[in-house]
Amino acid sequence: METLVDLSRLQFAITAMYHFIFVPLTLGMTWLLVIMESLYVVTGKEIYKDMTKFWGKLFGINFAIGVTTGLTMEFQFGTNWAYYSHYVGDIFGVPLAIEGLMAFFLESTFIGMFFFAWDRVSKKQHLFFTILVAIGSNLSALWILVANGWMQDPVGTVFNPITMRMELSSFFDVLFSPVAQAKFFHTVCAGYVTASVFVLGISSFYLLKKQDLPFARRSFKVAALFGLFSSVAVIIMGDQSGLYVYHAQPTKLVAIEGIWETEQAPVGWSLIAIPDQEKQTNTFDISIPYVGSLVLNHDLSTPIKGAKEIIAENQEKIIKGQQALLLLEQLRKDPHNPQLAEVVKANSEYLGYGLLLKKYTDDLTKVTPDMVSKAAVETVPNMLSLFYSFRLMFFLGFSYFVLFALAVWSSYGKSTKYETKTWLLKWALWWIPTPWLACWAGWFVAEYGRQPWTIYGILPTYQSASSLTSGELIFSLTGFFVIYTALLIVELWLMFKYAKLGPSSLGTGKYQFEKGQVK
Amino acid sequence: MEYAILRFIWWALVGVLLIGLMIMDGHDMGVGTLSPFVGKTDSERRAAINSVAPHWDGNQVWFITAGGAIFAAWPLVYAASFSMLYIAILAVLWTLFLRAPAFDYRSKIENPKWRSTWDWVLFVGSAVPPLLFGVAFGNVIQGVPFHYDNSMRLTSDAVNPLLGFIGLLNPFALLCGVVSFAMTAAHGGVYLTLRTEGAMQARARKANIIFATIAILGFALGGLWIGHINGYVATNLDPNGESNPLFKTVEVVQGAWLNNYKLYPVAILAPVLGFAGLILSIVFNSKLKAGVAFVFSGIGMAGIILTAGVSLFPFVLPSSSNPVSSLTAWDATSSEHTLLLMLVAALIFTPIVLTYTSWVYRIMRGKLTTARIEENSNSMY
Ligand code: HDD
Ligand code: HEM
Ligand code: HEM
Repeated sequence: METLVDLSRLQFAITAMYHFIFVPLTLGMTWLLVIMESLYVVTGKEIYKDMTKFWGKLFGINFAIGVTTGLTMEFQFGTNWAYYSHYVGDIFGVPLAIEGLMAFFLESTFIGMFFFAWDRVSKKQHLFFTILVAIGSNLSALWILVANGWMQDPVGTVFNPITMRMELSSFFDVLFSPVAQAKFFHTVCAGYVTASVFVLGISSFYLLKKQDLPFARRSFKVAALFGLFSSVAVIIMGDQSGLYVYHAQPTKLVAIEGIWETEQAPVGWSLIAIPDQEKQTNTFDISIPYVGSLVLNHDLSTPIKGAKEIIAENQEKIIKGQQALLLLEQLRKDPHNPQLAEVVKANSEYLGYGLLLKKYTDDLTKVTPDMVSKAAVETVPNMLSLFYSFRLMFFLGFSYFVLFALAVWSSYGKSTKYETKTWLLKWALWWIPTPWLACWAGWFVAEYGRQPWTIYGILPTYQSASSLTSGELIFSLTGFFVIYTALLIVELWLMFKYAKLGPSSLGTGKYQFEKGQVK
Repeated sequence: MEYAILRFIWWALVGVLLIGLMIMDGHDMGVGTLSPFVGKTDSERRAAINSVAPHWDGNQVWFITAGGAIFAAWPLVYAASFSMLYIAILAVLWTLFLRAPAFDYRSKIENPKWRSTWDWVLFVGSAVPPLLFGVAFGNVIQGVPFHYDNSMRLTSDAVNPLLGFIGLLNPFALLCGVVSFAMTAAHGGVYLTLRTEGAMQARARKANIIFATIAILGFALGGLWIGHINGYVATNLDPNGESNPLFKTVEVVQGAWLNNYKLYPVAILAPVLGFAGLILSIVFNSKLKAGVAFVFSGIGMAGIILTAGVSLFPFVLPSSSNPVSSLTAWDATSSEHTLLLMLVAALIFTPIVLTYTSWVYRIMRGKLTTARIEENSNSMY
């Protein structure tokens, strides 16, 4: 069972991270295309149309695999997380279905128009289609992040002992959950940053090669300005996300920040630390005074609970959960007993904590104190990896702000001196892969940091998986790995080829590498 | 609204989604299947591919949305069908993966080897999924081996996953697979007749006639066969009860899948539509009325899918090893609140989707000639 769950987690992590190679570029690229095409419609200059078409081509190469890997995600809850789907499908299925109806249809229908309707409709109508694609892709992010936000902070739901699952009590609470909202804005802004770095970096490549200069300059400027706004937004929304982690998931918070002992305010912020999970202490720690309180809960007087205190509290909850589960077992043998139903209802908030014990024994009458304390210790996820993935994302976030600020500052204005600042252009070029690292680090913080839960406080990961065999998982993992790697290789090869070719790939006859070139 | 009525509406809506999936995604799968055969030159194949290029991705969303809607309305069915048919579902997914890159990457490089490789990749990605849908359906009709324990955790009763997968490929299921494959290929054939010209159009028309005939014969054979297969009969099943499948009792009776036609004679309309639609599509297509033929082809497919649904009703996923665990439209749904909410969402968004889908088809209408492909070589697939 344990290896089965681990293999299922590995498969989910691999397929989700593959999907998220393509997602952020789509989220941001669609808006960049809207900006470029608007410039075309407003100024009437052909070069903006060429920009829209060329960057659109790169976007298309990316989009194809985004769609492909997305298919997996839609069905994987059923194939690999069947008990999860049973237990929370009543709530979780709703945003997923609405995502299809409201967002994917819109995005996918009009992406076809983006590529194929250039000479069939007016300029303005085509721009309208492009805007619909952008809205569609961002709406898809909204709904999927509402779903994911609910996993992080499960609001608006009640347990039903007859159907043995969680059921929706308030859709409004699910949709307007502050956790989901912060997550949505943070993630789409991360996508905007990703796309801006991508366009800025490739444009810098053309500037360095002195290739298609007018085209490259304009692309550079558009990306720089959009990137500047986005990088500010991603930092602000990241800070908001952190605030909600503080309120909704104390175990994740202490892991991100490496906090073992409850500290009186104002607390410091650890820059570098080596948390030791066994000994429950940091063997090394350099921290900046006051910053912790400011960043974590925006005030200087509230104390911050450490991991040890949280573990002690969770130990109590687990014991209550064990009792609640035993009552539930009785109720399931005697489902129409109203008194029993009342008692189960009153204790249902601890059921999830009780389920944590199922990892150690199936028979809840045989729980030992040792099992309880083990389960409680495991409610705090591994600190070392969370601590550093968070810091990777954090520092990269500020690096984008600096990069875009310099790019805007030096490129907007009369002089074209930035074209000779090769260090800036090279920085932009070499920085292209980093937003993906930041995104992965972010998802690692969000998802691994939620462990041992899939639905925080309600359903442990250990309980969520389907009853498959390890053989089936090894088969599917191998298949996904082989197919995805092949697709990624073809995708990257085409992407590099077209990026190097630049706008000459449009075959307009106006660009470098083409005969009859017009400067 | 009463819980039972909501549940019935959702049974019908899932049917609508599956029919939408087969009509919309079906025609571009049919085109992908036929394109290496009806297109002899690169330009001809590109004409076929470009007839669906702007639309196939939107059409695929019918598949995604059907998945999402089953998750939201029938979470137990979503969990049981996908995990209990694990290897089959992976085979569907892995072949579906091939379509997006085949459409998108084929024209990006001018090398004949590159292009013919993607032609066959597209063929596999278009031909295998409908075949497997049919096979899966054929197995659902015969029951899938699984049961629930007291905490509603599902367990498979298959001997072993690999043997289980091979067991899925039994004669009845394969017949269903052939019907499903043939009707999508026939549907693609009509669509290509509508959108192409000349020699290619003639080949597409021929393909439509061949595959529609196979589908009709297969469907008829299935009708005769099903009387000899075990069907399921449920008692003590409360359409307004809580969604717990273990509360009912189920009996296994040979030929029971035909009971609904005796109980509700109007149900016979479903297979009638299936036959009539496909036959009329052949008739109109040979009279050069491809547009009308396309509509009838769609009606035929709807009839066939409806027949499967009506025969099983109220069952949606019978369990062969533990019939009590079978899932039905009455006891495997979401809560009343969720069903109502999803109904509102479906009523708002489905008309909007249908409207803009028909709008974009109108914008892109007209014949795809090889001349037009060659003129726009850089911007077309
Ligand atoms: C370009 C990408 C990128 C950048 C620059 C940042 N992030 Fe981020 N971060 C993500 C990409 C990302 C993400 C992929 O979008 C995540 C994963 C899940 C989510 O909601 O967003 C995420 C998650 C995430 C979480 C966890 C939320 C949760 O558990 O629900 C926090 C606390 C932060 N981020 C905070 C920050 C801060 C303070 C940043 C600024 C310095 C920052 N992020 C920059
Ligand atoms: C709605 C969106 C998402 C949902 C519902 C979701 C849910 C899950 C589930 C069920 C698991 C497996 C069990 C577990 O270990 O917790 C998981 C693991 C994981 N997911 Fe997500 N996920 C979502 C989006 C993503 C995305 C887009 C990424 C980023 C690429 C991601 C990254 C991961 C990672 C890295 C793991 C492994 C964590 C571990 O090792 O335990 N997730 N997620
Ligand atoms: C784990 C949960 C997820 C599921 C079930 C899922 C499902 C899907 C599916 C089925 C598609 C293909 C749509 C099509 O054919 O047009 C897709 C694409 C997409 N998804 Fe996801 N997705 C998940 C996570 C995410 C997250 C977290 C985001 C964004 C924050 C996201 C954003 C997108 C976008 C923008 C696309 C457009 C295609 C592309 O990737 O370029 N998805 N997703």
